[in-house]
Amino acid sequence: MIDLMEPHAIGLPLDRLDGRAKLTGTAPYALEHRVTQPLYLHPVQATIARGRVTAIDCAAAKALAGVVAVITHENAPRLASDEDKELWVLQSNEVRFRGQFVGAVIAETPEIALEAADLVRVTYAPQPHDSELHADRQDLYAPEQVNPDYPTDTNEGDVEAALASAAVTVDETYTTPMEHNNPMEMHACIALWANGGFTLYDSTQGAHSVRTTLAPVFGLAAERIKVIAPYVGGGFGSKGTAHAHNVLACLAARSVAGRPVKFALTRQQMFALAGYRTPTIQRVRLGADRDGHLTAIAHDVIEQTSRFKEFAEQTAVPTRMMYKAPNRRTTHRLAALDVPVPSWMRAPGETPGMFAAEVAMDELAVACGIDPIELRIRNEPEADPESGRPWSGRNLVGCLREGARRFGWARRDPRPAVRQQDGWLVGTGVASSTYPGYTLPGSRATIRYGEDQRYVVRIGAADIGTGTWTALTQIAADALGCPVEAIRLEIGGTDLPMASVEGGSSGINCWGSAIVAAARAFRDAHGADPAAGDEIGADMPENPEAERFSIHSFGAQFAEVHVHADTGEIRVPRMLGVFSAGRIINPKTARSQFIGGMTMGLSMALHEASILDPRFGHVVNHDFAGYHIPVNADIGALDAVWLDECDPHSNPMGSRGIGEIGIVGAAAAIANAAFHATGIRVRNLPLTADKFLR
Amino acid sequence: MDARITLQVDGVERSLTVDTRTTLLDALRDRLGVMSPKKGCDHGQCGACTVLLDGRRATTCLAFAVAYDGATITTAAGLANGHALHPVQEAFLHQDGFQCGYCTPGQICSAVGMLDEVKAGHPSHVTRDLTAAVELTDDEIRERMSGNLCRCGAYVNIVAAIREAAS
Amino acid sequence: MNPFAYERAADAAGAVARVAGHPGAAFLGAGTNLVDHMKLGIAHPELLVDVTRLPFDRVEERQGGGVRIGAAVRNSDLAAHPLIRSRYPLLAQALLAGASGQLRNLATTGGNLLQRTRCVYFQDVTTPCNKRAPGTGCSAIDGYTRDHAILGASEHCVAVHPSDMAVAMAALDAVLVVLGKAGERRIPLVDFHRLPGDAPDRDTVLEHGELITAVELPDLPFATRSAYRKVRDRASYAFALVSVAAALDLRDGTVRDVRLALGGVAHKPWRAVRAEAALRGAPATPESFRRAADAELADAKPLRDNAFKVPMARNTIVAVLRDLAMEKGR
Repeated sequence: MIDLMEPHAIGLPLDRLDGRAKLTGTAPYALEHRVTQPLYLHPVQATIARGRVTAIDCAAAKALAGVVAVITHENAPRLASDEDKELWVLQSNEVRFRGQFVGAVIAETPEIALEAADLVRVTYAPQPHDSELHADRQDLYAPEQVNPDYPTDTNEGDVEAALASAAVTVDETYTTPMEHNNPMEMHACIALWANGGFTLYDSTQGAHSVRTTLAPVFGLAAERIKVIAPYVGGGFGSKGTAHAHNVLACLAARSVAGRPVKFALTRQQMFALAGYRTPTIQRVRLGADRDGHLTAIAHDVIEQTSRFKEFAEQTAVPTRMMYKAPNRRTTHRLAALDVPVPSWMRAPGETPGMFAAEVAMDELAVACGIDPIELRIRNEPEADPESGRPWSGRNLVGCLREGARRFGWARRDPRPAVRQQDGWLVGTGVASSTYPGYTLPGSRATIRYGEDQRYVVRIGAADIGTGTWTALTQIAADALGCPVEAIRLEIGGTDLPMASVEGGSSGINCWGSAIVAAARAFRDAHGADPAAGDEIGADMPENPEAERFSIHSFGAQFAEVHVHADTGEIRVPRMLGVFSAGRIINPKTARSQFIGGMTMGLSMALHEASILDPRFGHVVNHDFAGYHIPVNADIGALDAVWLDECDPHSNPMGSRGIGEIGIVGAAAAIANAAFHATGIRVRNLPLTADKFLR
Repeated sequence: MDARITLQVDGVERSLTVDTRTTLLDALRDRLGVMSPKKGCDHGQCGACTVLLDGRRATTCLAFAVAYDGATITTAAGLANGHALHPVQEAFLHQDGFQCGYCTPGQICSAVGMLDEVKAGHPSHVTRDLTAAVELTDDEIRERMSGNLCRCGAYVNIVAAIREAAS
Repeated sequence: MNPFAYERAADAAGAVARVAGHPGAAFLGAGTNLVDHMKLGIAHPELLVDVTRLPFDRVEERQGGGVRIGAAVRNSDLAAHPLIRSRYPLLAQALLAGASGQLRNLATTGGNLLQRTRCVYFQDVTTPCNKRAPGTGCSAIDGYTRDHAILGASEHCVAVHPSDMAVAMAALDAVLVVLGKAGERRIPLVDFHRLPGDAPDRDTVLEHGELITAVELPDLPFATRSAYRKVRDRASYAFALVSVAAALDLRDGTVRDVRLALGGVAHKPWRAVRAEAALRGAPATPESFRRAADAELADAKPLRDNAFKVPMARNTIVAVLRDLAMEKGR
């Protein structure tokens, strides 16, 4: 049994401890740390999608006053390991995607660096490239596994037979476009090479992860790389690992030994070099009896990866555990293209997969003539259908019912296209939401009692807007049994104890557990009245409950959609999310996480699409004018609430992950509401006016 | 080419030499070490670089510093009065109108400038009657703040914060 | 970005002489479009002559009716001006539908008129573009065309003019006052912006060194019954898919007179002369409005991704006129 903590500070809606610094703009993000005599890097990027660099003329660039160095594959320092091809930067003349780094100028000012980069002349031997994902490709293949380590395919019972004999079936294909995380702070770092090692002020979801990833690339012991990242301007997965820009900055730092090199990707460059969510083509087939009990579920996914490094998004994985059906099959197939490597984007797998699955469920509800909430309740599994394990806490039904009550669902007329209000067609929709409870290994926390009678709690965790600075302080206070004011938390760097990356909604689970273990060890060793200098450290303990239970957060997403009768414009004036996520550490910051995720889900539904022009092989709408995310006016009455719960199996705090679940299911709820408003079922995101125009 | 300019930044006179290509944003950040306004796109599409420029909210990434010799600039750092936050900043803190914080200084300056525009009676895209006095409804706040992108999705709380500050 | 010299113009004549005499020179307004282009590498002036402090920052009533808008008036001030709000509401609405609050505080009237297309291929120096580099081809035609033209395009260029203000001004028969080396001339706005033809590199008829000093709007009493409707993917801060500027003069259920212009559909603000002709004297009914819209859109040539603009424009024209016809007491 988990030794649960008594909540005192936990559960309080404290203002963010990093609030003042962020509100005045004085919190230092990566490029903002004070360094002496920085140099500025501007990269040169490939303008072909595949082939080789045959010549690269840097003479004019080098001759420009203020240019300190120009590096290319011809003169860049040699890297030690090519195991990660994304990080194999400036080591060969090979071009693998349009926008790839083929050189860099390092200069005294950013203006000179940009001017010189424009003077570098690159000659290519292009090869035909192939950048387009479509369903009838002959070269689709099954990866060995899908992220993070799930089987690629699963098969239970006989799906084909069950579908053939089902009273009601749904068989549709849904697509989601390529999407880019686009955190407000572009990927950026300051790299300094000195004393045989790197210091990196980075914008990252995991300082330790950057260190352990870069060390073998440069043939260095991990201790030779110091990463500092106390404040990070968003990541949403794209800063979950080191990327090519980190390597380029370090290569530049090696080339100008002793001076720090500042490098930030431009917003445009973010579309080629910071990862992205793969487009998906998903066929979902459902079979049910007349009362909506599922007899068969099939979910077949087609998505892309780069040729040089595989990334397999786990799109159909949530389908394996959401609803019970005796016959279930899921598959993933990849197309390896001449494109940048995809990477994590908020709730990878769950986000695109639950869009398709939850719209399909809505189509099944319509086909059966059953209310979509009732349909889901009828298919609620008592245990995880995939593993057979009992749930650590699953209250999807509670979320659906509470949401229905708050959203006014009982008044809903299920007929589509029968409500109009001031020239707008009005509809409402619902969808389920889920996110697994991940535990990443390796976190450690130390606690030291200081002269000032405060406990210094140290762990290399990250706050990318999630509220870590405050939530971990609250956990530490309760674990030590002292007021919040008595805690001084230090996070965000490799000088601090090892911490897993902020990803998989696992941060509080992992780091909180480590802190609680350290606090308990501290009290065991030093008692209730410690002396200044008393210190202890502890690793995140194993949680044997995690093997016995299936740990997931759940939620219900509700949306009201208005579609303009004349123009097809689609707006979402009202959204509600109801979540089951165990104990909530800080209601203020948790609500922000939920509504932030839901806002990103609205964005996915209505706005986001990276348009890759297959003739060139790059994303052509590569800025915020062409790639839309919501503006303030797009968000109306959007709110999130949660069930008052405690998970007795997840960790001593009783909490489950909340950072990503907000986006899951939101787009489906909106698409379902749009159908309810108009009678038009759109299965391809984004939902834009042209798709509803009459 | 270089030019010598003087800017009033958060109440302090700063004189510096700038490349004519240096934007006001880069002059503040790179040359003067004033990191409060942020670079989110560098092409006028996100609002993270918003400051109060000669009293009005303005983006700084598409302005050459040399064209603003003599200008008065207030950043989110300058809006705070020593240790006391500006009322708009206080409201953002209570309402949690921020998450990662990167768009936040721009949101703060934009909100302060926007409230002045409302006081001056400037209409917006959602103002029904262009000839009547402007009333600060939630829809007005949303529309007027739409020049400040927030990828973390703090909009709901940004509106609540501005409503609190305006009342 | 190449190095450049910067000067502040002391007077208009001096500014004109300076730029006209230097092929690599350009006027600098607020820079919200020009600086953007310089960063993208698609504009390379060697000398910038800053004209924002010239005495063209007033909105004034003209003798005999109408208003004169100085070219240096900021978009936000123009939209907020009592004369514009009361007499030309469609213009105020058009301005307020454009860009963002902080950009409108900077952008000038002259700059707004001279802004260039947002075509993604024009803005990317690595994709061929006849507007940027004549003869290199048009990447848009066989590419991503959701934001491109359905009227007046050519095989050389299918770009769309992005300004909202200019669409309203086109509907209002605006006249540009332009100062050149040879003196002042007046250019009707509808003749100022060009269709692409075989010279898409020329957006307007302005000669190098000519400076817009003012925009004159004739008096139009029925402009009090007017509107600007912008259809876009976001609720704010987004370019138009299509837009409609309209002013309606009604008498006893009949259209006595009308002004109609479209945005988001062509290389220039599209004055809908065919629709206007079909509307004058017609009953103010949805049927008339539809017939007029169809007349205007009869020659529309949709591209692969923008066919929706035809019904969207049609529906929006009808909706705007219908709503204007229903307004009381104007």
